[in-house]
Amino acid sequence: MSVNEQVLRYPIPSDAALDPPAEWAELRKECPVAHVKLPSGDTATLLTRYDDVKQVLADPRFTRQLTAPDAARLSAEGGGVFSNEMATIIPDGGEEHQHWRRLVGRWFTAKRMSALRPSMTEIAEGLIDEMVAGGAPGDLRASLGFPLPVYVICDMLGVPAEDRDRFSYWSDTLLNLTRYGKEEIDAAQAEFFQYMSGLVAGKRAAPGDDLLSELIAVGGPEEGGLSDLQIVVTGMGLLVAGHETTANMIGKMVSMLLADRGRWESLLADPKLIRTAVEETLRLDANAGFGLPRYLGEETEVSGTVLPRGTTVVCSMAAANRDESAFEAAGEMDLTRSPNPHLAFGAGAHSCLGQALARTELQVVLEVLLRKLPTLELAVPAGELERVEGLAVGGLRTVPVRW
Amino acid sequence: MKVIVDEDKCCGAGQCVLIAPEVFDQRDDDGIAVVLQAEPGADQHDAVREAAAVCPGAAIELG
Repeated sequence: MSVNEQVLRYPIPSDAALDPPAEWAELRKECPVAHVKLPSGDTATLLTRYDDVKQVLADPRFTRQLTAPDAARLSAEGGGVFSNEMATIIPDGGEEHQHWRRLVGRWFTAKRMSALRPSMTEIAEGLIDEMVAGGAPGDLRASLGFPLPVYVICDMLGVPAEDRDRFSYWSDTLLNLTRYGKEEIDAAQAEFFQYMSGLVAGKRAAPGDDLLSELIAVGGPEEGGLSDLQIVVTGMGLLVAGHETTANMIGKMVSMLLADRGRWESLLADPKLIRTAVEETLRLDANAGFGLPRYLGEETEVSGTVLPRGTTVVCSMAAANRDESAFEAAGEMDLTRSPNPHLAFGAGAHSCLGQALARTELQVVLEVLLRKLPTLELAVPAGELERVEGLAVGGLRTVPVRW
Repeated sequence: MKVIVDEDKCCGAGQCVLIAPEVFDQRDDDGIAVVLQAEPGADQHDAVREAAAVCPGAAIELG
């Protein structure tokens, strides 16, 4: 049976950790607007073509109101990060969203991220030294991928990195769409909220040199700032967003580059390729997770198909990033590809706020690994790497390496 | 080559600054892109074209 004669299960299962499911190419070609069944049993519309995904992500009619009564539930337990009620506290669109975005976005400029490079480099070097001291094989995911982004985002937010195990758990309950029951998720979110509220109250009393303190210093909504509740939710959002996304991508990036030794050799020979190589691994990440769901508030058309009001659309950026009509030799990894307008960070007004941070972290990790561990290799065949199941943002269970 | 940034479309991703730092910068107070060289020299044209092609907000217009 071909893909357009059945309702596909989504996410589409894939055995290979680094390779895309065969259905993507078939969907792009035959069925760019596909019906899929989510883990909750609800149906949604899956988009896999580059032009469609890019257009929908930038179109304000496709909202993030996944809490609407007729929106599809992503999993039986709700929708984790995507349909959390907390998400409704940050303005979803229009001028109010733009205002929020600019208040917070000033902390994530390219210049600020460049200024963080030396401290990121130092953290990466320290973590790699520790991994090496532990002896080969090491797990690059646990030794480097996870701790680095957590230290960096904690430092930016002014949140104690010692509490990172708690953040990891709270973050996982939001990002894992299948692992936890509703009661456990609700309890974890209540704890997380309490924790962040306490932290914000503490900063109001004794400000530090960090993002949350500065957001408080702007003043309340009447002074052009945010309400206390918005600051708390912003802090929670940034902590979650700055956490597992890049952490997982570090492991996937290194695995993709080591899966074919020639790629690593090219980078050793010419470290100037680091920037474009990072972009190419973001584009080709076949294990990117769920994609981005959107809720359609009014009837509209995509690729000649009418979508009724109330449709829940899932944008697969990872499938779109392999669209032959947008990228030459789309299935091939080209470390020099330029320009590389991939959609890994989304597109339009809601594209990833922390993308300059993520890019800088990925570039720093790669630069330090190439310099310190030029002989780095995977300690298992790439085909034996395993995916973490159920995550809104995909990752690998472990990344065993030797050097 | 003339470079214009549409501030309303700019989402502050900073790609232009990472790719062509001599031509683009971001304002400190809101992260919105500003053009440092509205008519950049030929040596910058490739970088500027790349920045425009990958801008997530499609906010860079080249004339």
